[in-house]
Amino acid sequence: MVRQLAKSIREYKRASIATPLLVSGEVLMECTIPFIIARLVNEVKGGCDMGVILGYGGILVCMAMLSLLFGGLAGSTCATASCGLARNLRKDMFYSIQGYSFENIDKFMTSSLVTRMTTDITNVQNAYMMIIRTAIRSPLMLIFAFVMVFVMGGRMAWIFLFVVPVLAFGLSLVIYKTMPLFRKVFKKYDRLNSSIQENIKAMRVVKSFVREDYEQEKFNRAAEDVCTDFTRAERILALNNPLMQFCIYTVMTFVLSFGSYTIITSRGLDLDVGQLSALLTYSFMMLNSLMMLSMVFVMITMAVESGKRIAEVLEEKSSLSNPEAPVYEVKDGSISFEHVSFKYSKEAKRRVLKNIDLDIRSGETIGIIGGTGSSKSSLIQLISRLYDVTEGAVKVGGVEVRDYDLDTLRNQVAVVLQKNILFSGTIRENLRWGNKEATDEELVQACKMACADEFISQFPEGYDTYIEQGGANVSGGQKQRLCIARALLKKPKILILDDSTSAVDTRTDARIRKAMKDYIPETTKIIIAQRTASVEDADRIIVMEGGEINAIGTHKELLASNEIYREIYTSQNKEGNQLGE
Amino acid sequence: MENKKKNTIVRLLKTMLGFYPVMLPATIACIVFNAVVSSIPSVFMQNIIAVIEKNWQKGDWGAVGGQILRLVSILAVFYILSLAAGFTFNQLMAIMTQGTLKKMREKMFGKMQRLPVKYFDTNDHGDIMSYYTNDIDTLRQMISQSFPHLLISGVTVLTIFGIMVYYCLWLTLVVVLGVAVMTVLIKKVGGGSAKFFIKQQNALGKVEGFVEEMMYGQKVIKVFCHEEESEADFDRYNDILFEESRKANQYANILGPILNNIGNILYVLVAITGGLLLTLNVQNVSISGIPIGISIVVPFLNMTKQFAGNIGQVSHQVNAVVMGIAGTERIFSLLDQESEQDQGYVTLVNVREKSCKSQAGADDQQSGEGEVLFEESKERTGLWAWKHPHREAGTVTYTKLEGDVRLQKVDFGYEPGKTVLHDISLYAKPGQKVAFVGATGAGKTTITNLLNRFYDIADGKIRYDGININKIRKSDLRRSLGIVLQDTNLFTGSVMENIRYGKLDAADEECIAAAKLAGADDFITRLPEGYDTLLTENGANLSQGQRQLLSIARAAVADPPVMILDEATSSIDTRTEAIVQRGMDALMKGRTVFVIAHRLSTVKNSDVIIVLDHGRIIEKGNHQELLEKKGQYYQLYTGAFELE
Repeated sequence: MVRQLAKSIREYKRASIATPLLVSGEVLMECTIPFIIARLVNEVKGGCDMGVILGYGGILVCMAMLSLLFGGLAGSTCATASCGLARNLRKDMFYSIQGYSFENIDKFMTSSLVTRMTTDITNVQNAYMMIIRTAIRSPLMLIFAFVMVFVMGGRMAWIFLFVVPVLAFGLSLVIYKTMPLFRKVFKKYDRLNSSIQENIKAMRVVKSFVREDYEQEKFNRAAEDVCTDFTRAERILALNNPLMQFCIYTVMTFVLSFGSYTIITSRGLDLDVGQLSALLTYSFMMLNSLMMLSMVFVMITMAVESGKRIAEVLEEKSSLSNPEAPVYEVKDGSISFEHVSFKYSKEAKRRVLKNIDLDIRSGETIGIIGGTGSSKSSLIQLISRLYDVTEGAVKVGGVEVRDYDLDTLRNQVAVVLQKNILFSGTIRENLRWGNKEATDEELVQACKMACADEFISQFPEGYDTYIEQGGANVSGGQKQRLCIARALLKKPKILILDDSTSAVDTRTDARIRKAMKDYIPETTKIIIAQRTASVEDADRIIVMEGGEINAIGTHKELLASNEIYREIYTSQNKEGNQLGE
Repeated sequence: MENKKKNTIVRLLKTMLGFYPVMLPATIACIVFNAVVSSIPSVFMQNIIAVIEKNWQKGDWGAVGGQILRLVSILAVFYILSLAAGFTFNQLMAIMTQGTLKKMREKMFGKMQRLPVKYFDTNDHGDIMSYYTNDIDTLRQMISQSFPHLLISGVTVLTIFGIMVYYCLWLTLVVVLGVAVMTVLIKKVGGGSAKFFIKQQNALGKVEGFVEEMMYGQKVIKVFCHEEESEADFDRYNDILFEESRKANQYANILGPILNNIGNILYVLVAITGGLLLTLNVQNVSISGIPIGISIVVPFLNMTKQFAGNIGQVSHQVNAVVMGIAGTERIFSLLDQESEQDQGYVTLVNVREKSCKSQAGADDQQSGEGEVLFEESKERTGLWAWKHPHREAGTVTYTKLEGDVRLQKVDFGYEPGKTVLHDISLYAKPGQKVAFVGATGAGKTTITNLLNRFYDIADGKIRYDGININKIRKSDLRRSLGIVLQDTNLFTGSVMENIRYGKLDAADEECIAAAKLAGADDFITRLPEGYDTLLTENGANLSQGQRQLLSIARAAVADPPVMILDEATSSIDTRTEAIVQRGMDALMKGRTVFVIAHRLSTVKNSDVIIVLDHGRIIEKGNHQELLEKKGQYYQLYTGAFELE
C-alpha cells in the first residue's frame, strides 16, 4: 500500500525530502537555545559586564532567526509536499477510474468512490504532513534534548530513563487499547450516516407511512450505540493528558529537589541555577515530543485504513484493455454473436446469457423484448464491449470486438443506456458529448430526429438552457430524448436504445422511430423496449427469456407463433386489437 | 457578524448546559483549577531558587534541606490535586463531547422528521447530509479540543500574568510587548490562514460535487469515450483545490514556527533584560517587593516559555473555532427550520358498531337519521372511523372511514404566483379506481402530493369522507392513504423488514401474504436467502422492477382504504405487470385507488380516467367513453399504432 501511494509523490519529492532536513535544522537550533541561555544566566549571576550579555543576546537572536527560517521553510515545503501528494493521488484515482471497465465500476459503490477521493485523501494528506514534519521533529527533539540533559545534568538525567519509558509505555497502551475500538466505531459511524442518507432520500415514504417516530427511535438506538462506543474509546484516550501531566510533575518534583541538593552540596560545581532552569525546559521538550509522537501515531493508524482504500482503487486493473494491434475502422453495422455466454464476474455462478447465436445485418432494425431480468441489457452491452464475453465471440462489421480500438468501437456503436444521465451544463454542452465538433445545425438536426428540438426551442434560453446536476430540471421523457439526440450526434454505424423511450409518450416514441428510419436508414438500430408497440415495426424482433433467445421473427410471425410475445402483446393491447379491426 | 458568532457560541453553551446542568460547570471548574495549579510551580521555583541563591556557597544541605523539601512537598500536594482535576475533566469532557454530539444528532434527526416535504424537495440532499458529517465534525472538534484548550490557555495566561506582575513589572513589560507582537501576527497570519481554509473547503466541495456527478455518470462517460475530457475538467478543479489547500496549510504551518521563535526571542530578551537589570542594579517595581535577583529571572524564563506556549495554543485553535462556529451556525439553522404545521384535530380511531339497543338509547346524541352509530374501541376491530370533535357543540361524531375523496375547484402552485394546477374538481367514490393520464409535467403527481398534504392547496377544498382534509390530523390522513411511488425507496434491512415497514406489528405470514398479493413472492423466494435477504443501498442488488414489487407489497401490508399508485409499475415489464395486475386487482378491491401511469394498458380498466394537460383537466370519463369522444385520450391511445 505504502509503495502504491508513494508513487504519487512524483514532482513533490524535493519538497518531501527538504522538509525533514529543514525540520532537523529547526530542532537543532531550538535545542541549543536553552543551553546558551543557561550559560548566559550563569554569566549574569557571576556578575559580568553588559558586553558579554549583549554578545550572548546577539547569538541567541540569530539562532532564533535561523530557527524561524528553517521552521518557516519547513512549514512551507511541508504544505507543498502534502497537498501535492493529495493532488496527485486524487488525479491518479480519477484517471484510474476513467480507465475502468463496466465490470470494475460495478465493483465499487459510487458513494464509496466519492468518499475515497475526498475524506480518505484528506486523511492521508494530513498523515503525510505529520510524517515528514512532526514524525521527524519529535524523535529528533527527544534525542537532542536527552543528550543535552546528559551533558548538563549528568546523573540527574537518569530520571528520564525512568519517566520516558513510563510515558511511552502508557501512551502505547492507550493507543493499543483505543485503535481497535476506533476502527469498530468508525464503521458504525459510517453506517449511521448512511442510514441518515437513506432516511433523507426516502422522506416521502417515511411521511406517507407516518413512520417519523419509528425512524427516530431507530436512529436514536443507532446513535446511542455509536455514542457508547465513542465514549469508551475517547475515555481511554483521555488518559493521555493526565498521564503526560503526571510525568511532567514527577520530573519537576525530582529535578527541583534533587537539583537543589546537587547545587548546594557541590557548591554549584556539578550543577548551577542556570542549568537547573535549562533542565526543566529540556524535560518539557522531551515529554512534549513524546506526546506529539503518540498523536502522530494515532493519526497514521487512522490514515492507514484510508490509505488502503485508496490503494484499492489505484491497484484495480481495468478488466478490458486495448488489443496489441487494434483495428481502427468499423466496416459496417453488422453484428454477429457466436455461441456467446456471459457472466458479470468470474466468481458469479449464474450465467446471464447462455449460448447466444445471432446475426444482424447492417442497417437492420431489431427489436428486443422480454421480461424483467431476461438479460436484454446484458446482451447489447457486449456489442460495444462494455463487458467482455465469457465464452464465444461478438463481431461487429465482421471483426471481433476485442480486436477493435475501444474508442473506435464505442464511437461507432452508440448506446443509450437504460439508466441515462445528463451532466450539469447547458443543453448544447451536453449534446456535444456525442460530437465535440458538431455544428449548431447538426445539434438541431439530431434534436429534431429525437423530437427534442420541439421542447428545447420552447425554453426561454433554448439550447443554452442550463441542465442541473442529474438533469433535475427536465422531465424524464425530455431527458430521454436529449440522451437519444446526444447519441445520434455520434453518427454511429450501430445505435442501441436500451429502453430509452419508456418515459416518452407513445406518439412521440413512434415519431422518433419514424425519424430514425427515414434519416439514418443505413444505421443498424437495436431497440430494447417494454412496449410491443415500440418494436412492432422492426425488421425482426428478438424475444428474450431467462438469458436465452426464445424466438426471433417479425411482429406478425411472433404474434402467430410465440406465446411469450403474444402474452406481452395482449397484456398491452387487449382492446387495441378490437380497435384495429 | 461578530454578534452572530457570539450568539452562536452562547446558544451552544446554553444548549450544552441544558444537556449537562451539573457536569458542564463541574468540568469548567476542574479545568480552571487544573490550569491555575499548573502555573503555580513558578512560585515555588522562585522560593526554592531564592533559598539556593542564599545558601549554595555554603554547601551545607542539612541547613536548608528541610526548607527545600517542605516547599517541594507542598508543590507535590498541588500536583496531586491538579492531576485529580485533570483526570476528572478529561473524563468528563470525553463523556460530554460524545453525549452532546449524540443529543445534537438526535435533535437534528428529530427535527428533520418534522420538516415538510417541501424542504427535501428544495434542498440538496448532499447539503442536508453534510449537517451530519462535516458540521458535526467541526462541532466535535470545537467542543472537545478548542473549548478546553482555549479555557486552559486563557486561565494559564491570566495566572502567569498575575504571578509575573507579582514578581517584577519590568520583565512583565518585556513579555507583554512580545505578546502584543504575537497577537498582531496571529491575527494577520491566522486570519489569512482562516480565509484560505474557507476557500479550501469551497474548493473541496466543488471537487466533491464534480467527482460525485462523474462517478454517477461513469458508464455514460465510457459509452461516449469522454474519459479525456472529464479528466481535463477534473484537473482544473483539482489544481484549484491544490493551490487553495497549499496556501491554507502554508499559513497554518508557518504560524507555528513564527510563534515558537518569537517565544524564543522573547525568552532571550527576558534573559538579557534580567541580566541588565541585575548588573545595573535597577530598583524592582513589583507587588511582592522582592528585589531583582537570579531567583526571579530564572522562574521568569520558564514563565515566559509557558506564556508564549499558551498563546500559541490559542492560535492553533483559531481555524478550528472559525470552522466550528460556521458548522454550529449551520446546525442551528437546521434546528430553526419551520416544522410541518398540523392543525388537524380529526383523528382516526378503531370503532365497533353499536348494538341496536344502545343505538336506540343514543338518539339524543348528534346523529343523522338512519346512520349507523359507532363507539370507540381500544382493540383493533378492523373497522375505522374519523373521530370528529365539535368544539362549539362539545360533541363528538364518528364517520366511518370509507375512502370517499373529492376535490373541489383546487388550485395549487409550488411557488406563489406560479399555479401548476387549475380548477381541479374530481370525485372518487369508495372503491373506485381513478386514473390520471397526461404528459410529464401535466400535474399528475402534484395532485397526489396534495391528497396526503405533502403540500397544501392554495384554493378550493379536498374532502375525505366528507371531512375537509385540513381538519384531519396529518398522521391519520397519511395512515389512511397508501402510496407507491415511482422512485422506490427501500431501507437497509431484510426483505421481510422492508415489507413490514407498512405495518410494524405485522406477522411474518401477513407480510408474505402481502408479497404474494403484489406478485413479489415469486422473486423473493428465488433470492439466495428468501425473505431474510439483506438489502443495502436502496436494494441495489434488486432490479428496478423487483424494487417496485417490494414497495407495492409494503403498501399492501398497510392495508389502507385509499391507495395512490404513482407509476408504481413503470419498470415492471408488461407481462409481469399482467401478473401483478391480478394481485393488484385483488389489492384494489374495495379500495379507492388513484393510478398514475404512462402505459395506457395500466389505466384502461379504471372507473374514471382523467386526462390532464398543463394542470387542467381536459377530459374525464371511462376508457370506452373517452375513446368514443375521439379527443386527446383517443389520440394518445392510438398514437402507438400510428405507423401501421
